[in-house]
Amino acid sequence: MNNQRYMFAAGLIVLALIGPFVVYPVFLMTALCFALFACAFNLLLGYAGLMSFGHAMFFGMGGYFFGYVVKTAGLPPEVGLLAGVAGAALLGLATGVLAIRRQGIYFAMITLAFAQMVYFICVQAPFTGGEDGLQGIPRRALLGGLIPIENDRALYYVVLAIFLFGFAAINRFIHSPFGQVLKAIRDNEQRAVSLGYEADRYKLLAFVLSASLAGLAGATKAMVLQFATLTDVSAGMSGEVVLMALVGGLGTVLGPVLGAFVIVAMQNYLASFGEFVLVIQGAIFVVIVMAFRKGLVGEIGDWWRARQKAG
Amino acid sequence: MLDIFSIPLPALFGQLLLGLINGAFYAMLSLGLAVIFGMLNVINFTHGAQYMLGAFAAWLLLTNLSIPFWASLVLAPLIVGLFGVVIERLLLKRIYHLDHLYGFLLTFGLALVIEGLFQWKWGSSGAPYPAPIPGGYNLGFMFMPAYRGFVVVAALVICLATWYGIERTRLGAYLRAATENPTLVRAFGINVPRLITLTYGLGVALAALAGVLAAPIQQVSALMGTNLVLVVFAVVVIGGMGSIMGSIVTGFGLGLIEGFTKVIYPPASNTVIFVVMALVLMVKPAGLFGQTK
Repeated sequence: MNNQRYMFAAGLIVLALIGPFVVYPVFLMTALCFALFACAFNLLLGYAGLMSFGHAMFFGMGGYFFGYVVKTAGLPPEVGLLAGVAGAALLGLATGVLAIRRQGIYFAMITLAFAQMVYFICVQAPFTGGEDGLQGIPRRALLGGLIPIENDRALYYVVLAIFLFGFAAINRFIHSPFGQVLKAIRDNEQRAVSLGYEADRYKLLAFVLSASLAGLAGATKAMVLQFATLTDVSAGMSGEVVLMALVGGLGTVLGPVLGAFVIVAMQNYLASFGEFVLVIQGAIFVVIVMAFRKGLVGEIGDWWRARQKAG
Repeated sequence: MLDIFSIPLPALFGQLLLGLINGAFYAMLSLGLAVIFGMLNVINFTHGAQYMLGAFAAWLLLTNLSIPFWASLVLAPLIVGLFGVVIERLLLKRIYHLDHLYGFLLTFGLALVIEGLFQWKWGSSGAPYPAPIPGGYNLGFMFMPAYRGFVVVAALVICLATWYGIERTRLGAYLRAATENPTLVRAFGINVPRLITLTYGLGVALAALAGVLAAPIQQVSALMGTNLVLVVFAVVVIGGMGSIMGSIVTGFGLGLIEGFTKVIYPPASNTVIFVVMALVLMVKPAGLFGQTK
């Protein structure tokens, strides 16, 4: 069993390494950014039981911070990425402190409302470029010229490294004592509190971590596509990341990654359908909630285990 | 004294009237959300789309069948309410036993489908709906368009009628009892599943009625309810969903606050409701009229 697992992981890594020679690199990079975003969202929902319906505010603001630092202030991209993470973390702290005061469905509505507030601010604030967004963010070499990223394939490996860093960080959190306490709070908050854990602190920390990683994903996307726009802070984007996690499988490790690839690919192929993409996305939401609540990874996992038992 | 904070009085009252109208819609929509949530334990994300459907139904009835506004005021909520009943029977019914979040996700998906289809068929630009009561009155300190005055009064009547229906009638008593303890109410021989379907249909019809009232004020467009429902969520968080009267008061109050902000600091008018929400969460996390459960 373990052997199979290593083979599977090795296969994925080989795929990731040869990917840009087979598939258009910009597509892969975009998908990786969304995959990291979906993993960050899933960290909060799957392991802290908190469903944020406003995660676009961290993703989108990460992009704006990156764009502002690199384009307007003229600083190197690594500073931009740090700014994206730090900015999103601060925003996460400010909104998280208030949002965790309510639970369940209210938490979702509160995060949604805060994201809408951030959206309205982005429409008006001068540093976001309003409706135009920030365009033409320059691609400068990383680490003082050590790693050139003008070339899409070279940039791909940087983005892959960022994604793997984020993915590994999330796995580290989940399997640490912190992650165990988080799960305990998710399953029975009163019990965890009675054992002396300060539930609110753990939830807030999880929220800030998730926000920071979403900010990293947004900043990386701005580095790849060289623009940051209102779409990435909109409520539609918040819904999209929920859809990615849901399609792949909530609370599974690989689900959000698979879900992100599926949704980004779908959007690429269906781009010509215009408004119909929304209809299809909505229909997927309905079908999954009604019939496939475990998502792709969950259902495939069940099928695999059933087969193993039978064979 | 003709001005406050050096703002001309007609401008102030004009904005307050606008605020009152917005507040009327917040009140009607949050009322519907609260009624549905109380009974179904589902936050109806489709509420904005159903509000849009109400406006569209009125517009389509007028342009295709020349059915006047006053008839649409009854017909449109009936049509959209029936559509809501179908949704409840086909979809929502099957997920009551799950976590609330699934209801939220399901209705979010439905909203995307409905709004996407309408956007695809009719585009995003709005269609005008002629005001059913033309003209207006000069009140001395401001000009009051007759239809807008009517909307405020009509919304108040609708809200109070809903309150009366739920708090003072026999059917309302069944409803409240079924919210508290559905099993017991069922044991008394009341058909609770039918009551639930009825509640959803009524909540949806209320959203559609708001949409019909909004049609002559706003443009009728596929996305007219998209942003509105997000603001209404904030209104619901502020008011708490425990009390019907609370929803009404919070809705109108926040509309007025928004209108007032538009006068003293226009750039903040979009965000002021969310700021109020943040303040309420700091002071009274359960909402102004809510009880912590």
